[in-house]
Amino acid sequence: MQIRLTKPWRPLTAEEVRKLPGQLGVYELADASGGVVYIGFAGAKELFGLRSALQLHVDAGTGGAVSFRVEVNMQYTSRFKELLMSHRMDHGDIPAVNRTEPPVKIGRLS
Amino acid sequence: MDLELSDEQNLIVDTVRKFVRNEIVPLEADMDPDASDLDEENHERLSSQVKKMGFFGLDIPPEYGGPDIDIVTRTLMAIEMAQHRAGLYNPCYGVFGGAGLAQLFEANEDQKQRYLFPTLRGERHGFFGLTEPSGGSDPARAIQTTAVKDGDDWVLNGGKIFISGADRADYGIVFARTDAAKGRGGITCFIIDADMPGFHVRRIVHTLRSTSYATELQFDNLRVPPQNILGQVDKGFAIANDRLSRQRIPYSAGCIGVAVKAQEMAIAYANQRTTFGDLLATRQAIQWMIVDNEIDIRTSRWLTLAAADKANKGQPYRTEAAMAKLVASEAGGRVVDRAMQIHGGYGMTKDLPLERWYREIRIRRIGEGPSEVQRLIMARDLLGGNFH
Repeated sequence: MQIRLTKPWRPLTAEEVRKLPGQLGVYELADASGGVVYIGFAGAKELFGLRSALQLHVDAGTGGAVSFRVEVNMQYTSRFKELLMSHRMDHGDIPAVNRTEPPVKIGRLS
Repeated sequence: MDLELSDEQNLIVDTVRKFVRNEIVPLEADMDPDASDLDEENHERLSSQVKKMGFFGLDIPPEYGGPDIDIVTRTLMAIEMAQHRAGLYNPCYGVFGGAGLAQLFEANEDQKQRYLFPTLRGERHGFFGLTEPSGGSDPARAIQTTAVKDGDDWVLNGGKIFISGADRADYGIVFARTDAAKGRGGITCFIIDADMPGFHVRRIVHTLRSTSYATELQFDNLRVPPQNILGQVDKGFAIANDRLSRQRIPYSAGCIGVAVKAQEMAIAYANQRTTFGDLLATRQAIQWMIVDNEIDIRTSRWLTLAAADKANKGQPYRTEAAMAKLVASEAGGRVVDRAMQIHGGYGMTKDLPLERWYREIRIRRIGEGPSEVQRLIMARDLLGGNFH
């Protein structure tokens, strides 16, 4: 498994999100420039996994995001932290919208 | 050994049990089933409660401010503290505090000032770096990380794997080979700072334990000053070995705690679930699973308490700790598996903690030395005449 998400970007629209599976996993949201603005996970609290989690972002217009990519992954908790850590290694910090949420305990890669 | 708990032990166990059931379990209802951390507010609140109860820093020696509770009672408490969803690997989410790396109690005064005391105050965090890609069960032979003297310093090259908490640590205890010709007598223990040039956390290692993760480390010409040698040059193996034996008792207690809770759930479910017109509890197949669970739990419990009792008396307990770890980790897996079977489809869902325990307790047959190594330890003691 690659450390960074390598799945294709898809438009963040209700129509596209409806095609998502109800499984658990991680996802990234990107703005029009392609920059990742948010990293999240769909855990077992989501009624319909990735589909429910991404629909919330469609409704909220999170961070001006226009596209998303997902990875079905039962290890969503540790994978989520790994994506945050790799983003911080590449860009010096976690994505902008994640910085507005309660802090997640993550370490550093080098 | 007195098999009855004292009044004080009963009181402590009851207090911890109520704390887990009234404070920890309700919080988990609103948390992701794979969560490994409490939010800061609740963590702070519950830590304060634990401090008021006098239980904070259970394994810290009393001369360093610990609560002076003997290891048998601490084992009984650990069994209780594991009885919630995250309890196997995150008992009570760490609100009881802890000693961190016990090896530092043997450090020199300068090292205690720099590492031990800040750790006890919660200001610094350490990791324990023993296992390497070449193996973890036989560190005397498997350690390939080298430390070569260069002037006064030592230069480390190599790597470690399956290391917990290294990505968030300020420092770590790392074992390296300082004399290739001496086997276990050629290993030295170093304290390294995470900001030393040449220290790298290369990747996260994902495992069955999805709630948390291990890391892979690389040391690339990592220069360590001589004042960061823990103990003596070439004497590091004893430090590693001591830790491994000591750790097996609380490790066993965690397995027992989860098994106790799984059994409690299985009994409750068997007494309420009806199939073919009668309760599950009336079916002999279910009754036998419940009985086998109880045998597994009690066997594990007494072996673990026996090991703790020997440790408490200052007697050799390596064989007892190995036996407890072997039996508790394997029995705990069987108990959770049977509880899952009794719950049917619901047992497999993330609605119940059984699914998480099922994954995590499998690791316990490998972590802290696999079952086969525990048997090897016991065989050495038995055949070598060292059995006590």
